[in-house]
Amino acid sequence: MSEQFEAPQTTSQVASSITNEVVIQMLDVNKWYGRFHVLKDINLTVMRGERIVVCGPSGSGKSTLIRCINRLEEHQEGDIIVDGVTLNDDIRNLDAIRQEVGMVFQSFNLFPHLTVLQNCTLAPIWVKKMPKGEAEEIAMKFLTRVRIPEQADKYPGQLSGGQQQRVAIARSLCMNPNVMLFDEPTSALDPEMISEVLDTMVDLAAEGMTMIVVTHEMGFANKVADRVIFMDRGEIVEQAPPQEFFNNPKSDRTKLFLSQILSH
Amino acid sequence: MAETTAHHIPKPDREPPGSYVGVRGWIMQNLLSSPLNVFMTLLGIVFLWYSVPPLLNWLIFNATISGDTRDNCIGTGGACWVFVKIRFNQFMYGFYPSEEQWRINLTFAVLFIGMLPLMFWDSKLFRGFRYKRELAVFLLFIFPFLAGFMFYGGVFGMPVVETSQWGGLFLTLIIAITGIVASLPLGVLLALGRRSNMPVIKMLCIGFIELVRAVPLITVLFMASVMIPLFLPEGVNFNKLVRALIAVALFSAAYSAETIRGGLQSIPKGQYEAAASMGLSYWKMMGLVVMPQALKAVIPGIVSGFIGLFKDTTLVLIIGLFDVLNIVRAASQDPKWFGLAVEGYAFTAILFFVFCFGMSQYSIFLEKKLHTGH
Ligand SMILES: Nc1ncnc2c1ncn2[C@@H]1O[C@H](COP(=O)(O)OP(=O)(O)O)[C@@H](O)[C@H]1O
Ligand SMILES: [Mg+2]
Repeated sequence: MSEQFEAPQTTSQVASSITNEVVIQMLDVNKWYGRFHVLKDINLTVMRGERIVVCGPSGSGKSTLIRCINRLEEHQEGDIIVDGVTLNDDIRNLDAIRQEVGMVFQSFNLFPHLTVLQNCTLAPIWVKKMPKGEAEEIAMKFLTRVRIPEQADKYPGQLSGGQQQRVAIARSLCMNPNVMLFDEPTSALDPEMISEVLDTMVDLAAEGMTMIVVTHEMGFANKVADRVIFMDRGEIVEQAPPQEFFNNPKSDRTKLFLSQILSH
Repeated sequence: MAETTAHHIPKPDREPPGSYVGVRGWIMQNLLSSPLNVFMTLLGIVFLWYSVPPLLNWLIFNATISGDTRDNCIGTGGACWVFVKIRFNQFMYGFYPSEEQWRINLTFAVLFIGMLPLMFWDSKLFRGFRYKRELAVFLLFIFPFLAGFMFYGGVFGMPVVETSQWGGLFLTLIIAITGIVASLPLGVLLALGRRSNMPVIKMLCIGFIELVRAVPLITVLFMASVMIPLFLPEGVNFNKLVRALIAVALFSAAYSAETIRGGLQSIPKGQYEAAASMGLSYWKMMGLVVMPQALKAVIPGIVSGFIGLFKDTTLVLIIGLFDVLNIVRAASQDPKWFGLAVEGYAFTAILFFVFCFGMSQYSIFLEKKLHTGH
């Protein structure tokens, strides 16, 4: 029996910027929380400029997967290589990778005691040792790019959810990362604010940023993803370009998942 | 099909009913909102009627301040402030020689003036002052030594004044300020240590905190004064005041540590993750992201601790130091001033109230200043 899915509407496909240079490599990665096997034999290669959307049921290990890439979580088996640097206990490697990889969280995680501008300049000044003036200039550039330069002197608590998430994106970009990780960046937003954040991410994709995005926004996946990855119970079950993924899912678990999120 | 769109006219704003605004509104809502509330209000008025006038009579209207012996006060029915007036210098400075007291005045004046730009960093007057960081470093790390030299003397031709001559409010302030200033950084380190992943550090911090908190300050002071010399080699003499200062600092650090740990627990995990994901090291993450928020969250608790510490300094009388309370007590046992202890204690109470209330008001000011969200 073959089911037909109504693939999400596409407006305009963002041109692919994929190159043939490997930027992230996960080789047979396994991770446990206590005795719970949360990631199972993960193999994933990400090219520079590639945009990957990760989806799957809640608890399937999507967050854990991307959090292993900047070592917010430690894996126990296998290798993770980011930009040629292997993630291990060496703290210098860790510092190097965290400066290369930006991360945007579901709950924004802006620093509430600092202004928007200070949020954006904190890491450039203290990690990259950038002079304050230069850091502020760069911060204003990215705040302009996410279309909220006028909020620079406000505190995060004074902004809407959508604005906060755009600040969080600008804050990550200020470190000039090679890779951006997004963990359900729109899940905590009121519906009317989702598009302003997605638009910002589409812009970023159009500039050729390497992105791994955990999201259930299938419209976004269809528009920008080079590849959609479906995870279930700690495994990568299926990966394919969006057209193929939505129109021709191979595994029944993918089909079930798609039917659940696409037909409400 | 007819194309009609209903045009909605927004309702204009109206004033709220009279019983909700203004003086009348406030009285209606806060004093007379229910029969019980009316009863409590009446009870309050009766209480004030019977307590305030006699108190004011004693404190001010029937009180005596002119003259210089207790005979000036006989038969007035009011307070005899003559006692406090004559002994005022001793209450402030203890037995510090009067011709050397300028050293204390100058040092505290410098401290006071130096603290203003830091305490009110945001006010118009100090906003343009660029050297706040340098000033803070000076006050924290250099000034204490300068103050020590000024008070003790023995340099620049200033005669030595032994710590046994220090006393009164001067001594109280030294102990309180040392305790307050030392307890904050120590408390931060202990709180971080207690949450550390390193078992040895963690156990040491827990051990220290729990041990100190389980013992009354008076015992710690007594041990510092009586026990420590027993363990020191013969001839090594460790100043009694210094021992008291260390005891008070360590004691208050243990309490601050627990308050600060409470603040640390209130910081969401996401703050650590965001900081770590940007490449901030442990100390930068703590110093720039976590601690500022944690400390801000526990300002009321920390200041409560400081107020408690300020009052606990009076316990140094157990090791024979003459803080302001002890010196007042001693003075009121002088036969010349016999029977005037109440005046002495009332004066001390007012003095303590001024300092403690000041701290509490500053903490409220600070909370408002640092409030950054809705
Ligand atoms: N720190 C943790 N300790 C123990 N179990 C965890 C922890 N974090 C996540 N898990 C479990 O691991 C599984 C995968 O979590 P997660 O990666 O957050 O899933 P997803 O992001 O796909 O919803 C879930 O079952 C979750 O309960
Ligand atoms: Mg998740």
